[in-house]
Amino acid sequence: MADITITERQAGDVTILDLVGKVTIGEGSVALRSTIRRVLGEGKTKLILNLGQVGYIDSSGIGELVSSFTAVNKEGGTLKLLNLTEKIQDLLAITKLLTVFDVYEDEASALASFN
Amino acid sequence: MYILPLTYNADTVPETKELKLPSRIESVDEAAANAEAFARSLGLTEDAIYAIDLAVRESVANAVKHGNKFDETKRVEVKLAETGSGFEICVRDFGSGFSVDDIPDPTDRENLLKANGRGILFMRSFMDEVDWAHPEGGGLLVKMLKRR
Repeated sequence: MADITITERQAGDVTILDLVGKVTIGEGSVALRSTIRRVLGEGKTKLILNLGQVGYIDSSGIGELVSSFTAVNKEGGTLKLLNLTEKIQDLLAITKLLTVFDVYEDEASALASFN
Repeated sequence: MYILPLTYNADTVPETKELKLPSRIESVDEAAANAEAFARSLGLTEDAIYAIDLAVRESVANAVKHGNKFDETKRVEVKLAETGSGFEICVRDFGSGFSVDDIPDPTDRENLLKANGRGILFMRSFMDEVDWAHPEGGGLLVKMLKRR
């Protein structure tokens, strides 16, 4: 079974990626990277990563979030994070990345922030 | 053969588990699964188990990637031990070694958007002690302790 599944859905011109599983070195990080590349290639540049069902993330996974953020910015887009688990919130605080990412606790607020 | 610089309470017979793993990414999961099962068998708290799992993942990933540089002729040695003072993790690679002091601080503003370089920060954040040594025979040994 895969470490992670990533499901894509649209809310207007915003693309929401629901991540379920682990974002760790190897498969999880690679899956996130390839999904971000694909959606950017399709011209989708308003992105929300829903991390509510991510049970585990390591430094490689955190690095992939950063790479996703910079890749989207480079295309003139915006990437926001939704539903951080307590563990992910801790790791983003330790790394001072909470100062970098735009983080939301509910989807409606995240979507509204694009307007 | 190297001797790990473990310090034991004289009244405690340590329980240990040793692994010799190939230098590939899959070894990270294997080491973490073993560490989690071992820590769980010792009745450690969920928070301690999470910390141990993360520290093992980060240290073995460093050993595979930066130490042995994916050279499958080189092993990664992992030793897990319940000592008098807590849960000890030793991870050794057989690479050319590096100085931890040379690793840039990933929380510095100019490093925040770098994709790599946060593993040691996590090890230091979640474990109570983290030390590096250059053992006889080469490579790098990282020793970490999670106190009870």
